[in-house]
Amino acid sequence: MVVLKDNANKQQRKQKKWLEIKKMRSFYLMLLIPMLMLFLFSYGPMYGILIAFKDFSPGLGIWQSPWNNFEHFKRLFDDYLFIRALKNTIIISLLKIIISFPAPIIFALLLNEITHDKFKRITQSISYLPHFMSWVILSTMIVEVLSPERGIINFFIGLFGGDPVHFLASKTAFIPMLIITDIWKEIGYASIIYLASMASIDTALYEAAEIDGANRFHKMIYVTIPSIMPMIIILFILRLGSILNAGFDQILNLYNPLVYEVADIIDTYVYRAGLEQFQFDYATAVGLFKNVVGITLILVANTIIRRRSEHGIW
Amino acid sequence: MKSNGQKKISWFNIVNMTFIVLFSIAVLYPFWQTLVLSFTDANQASSLGLNIWPERWITDAYKFIFSYEQIGIAYINTILRTVTGTLLIVGLTILAAYPLSKRNLPYRNTITILFLIAMFFSGGMIPDYLLIKNLGLLDNRLALILPSALNVFYVIIMRNYFMTIDKGIEESAVMDGANHFTILWKIIMPLSKPVIVTIALWAAIGHWNEWFHALIYIQDDAKTVLQMVVREMLVDVNLSDATQVSGAGGASSELLLSNVRAATVMVSIGPIILLYPFAQKYFIRGIMIGSLKG
Repeated sequence: MVVLKDNANKQQRKQKKWLEIKKMRSFYLMLLIPMLMLFLFSYGPMYGILIAFKDFSPGLGIWQSPWNNFEHFKRLFDDYLFIRALKNTIIISLLKIIISFPAPIIFALLLNEITHDKFKRITQSISYLPHFMSWVILSTMIVEVLSPERGIINFFIGLFGGDPVHFLASKTAFIPMLIITDIWKEIGYASIIYLASMASIDTALYEAAEIDGANRFHKMIYVTIPSIMPMIIILFILRLGSILNAGFDQILNLYNPLVYEVADIIDTYVYRAGLEQFQFDYATAVGLFKNVVGITLILVANTIIRRRSEHGIW
Repeated sequence: MKSNGQKKISWFNIVNMTFIVLFSIAVLYPFWQTLVLSFTDANQASSLGLNIWPERWITDAYKFIFSYEQIGIAYINTILRTVTGTLLIVGLTILAAYPLSKRNLPYRNTITILFLIAMFFSGGMIPDYLLIKNLGLLDNRLALILPSALNVFYVIIMRNYFMTIDKGIEESAVMDGANHFTILWKIIMPLSKPVIVTIALWAAIGHWNEWFHALIYIQDDAKTVLQMVVREMLVDVNLSDATQVSGAGGASSELLLSNVRAATVMVSIGPIILLYPFAQKYFIRGIMIGSLKG
């Protein structure tokens, strides 16, 4: 009896769901084209990942090419160029996390202290400007500013009796230039989100702190920073997840063979090995390695931080 | 807000404002130097110095690029790409976001997860390239707009915005016999102008600035885009710069290339600069909408 009733219930529920789907069919119709695009251009390339495990020959195609299992992955760690790219990626990325990540937070804290509204608005608008330009455009400007012949920096170095420095061709100067130009491009835009969360802090907290005798710096340290902490943590986790993205756009436009030693990162290596030297299968293996590490890092960072502080991205 | 007296000027304020002014100058300076370089002659450009003002404003570089056919073609291609690409992105975003904003849509979560996976995991550079090749889209303008047409991040933002719209309005329209497409077109879209404009601007600036797909998918010069023209000039000069360190240089043709490159940069950022006051307002709003999601 009970079983029968259960079955009837199930049937009923199924029918109800089917009715609902039918009623909402125009919604599924709307989703049709976006879903097709999703499967074609996002899931489609995932099929191409197979060639990381194959001896790919374009004539045979992805499926017909013979398997070689983990040969490409075994090769990775004997490949001097890959090790170099991995090392450079981690160094550049860590430096960016240590220096470029806090920069917009500090910038937002400083801007937040400015009470002159017009001044604040104008300087803020100026600070976003480079964000709207591509690295191709910005690189041409950077090359000029740093140029040994015409650049303003070398003009001042010359004024103080120094010899011109070829910043973008020097192994020691290239990475600092990457960090500085990265901050220059993104600091203003990245600060928007912190300024927004500062604007939403309850003013009563500041008043209470004032009554307790807090000065400006106390308020910053005990009220403002703790209030924006959840935002900082979320953005930090997302940043950690992309630790193997050291800035492909930026580096591909700024580097040159003279600085490959310190500037060649995984992505630029994949680009050259894959699309310039046509080692499709090996370059895909390198890319897959990078992708898997990135996702693992996001998962691990999120779990650790959630266990300790209940913040997290999910 | 301003409880403590503003009359006293603290040292902190002075230092802070000075710092921010210096920072603003540092942000603007590279733009200014490029502008000046585009208007100076080869002679001044070659002399080492603080080139913050041209001795004479010369428009030779601009005359050259306006007569240089390749740049005109690239300009038209970029405009075409930006317009069609943006329309496509906005259209697909709306079509995906509206159904996903319906809480009672069966399998809504499953579909959302399918979208989200695509945001965190992708094939990578080579599989993307192979797909475009296998579809026969190499050297086809569609390769510049189709792969980026569906952006999951935009879909999530728009979906969240749609979910804040009062359901009562839609329900009464359903009573009147309107179908869901009519409701979307006549009721939801007019109410969602801010988010639609935001995403349109994001998409337009993205397409205007994008060069990597053009680099790997397009060989034909007749289909090239502006960013690629700038990039080709940049790579040329970079190489000659690097080799010039040892040798005694100073060939005027190279300097002319710098002038031309600066002018090309100026004309290619022109539309963004013109749009800038309008655009940044919406970009900020977009960040707010985006960060509101739980």
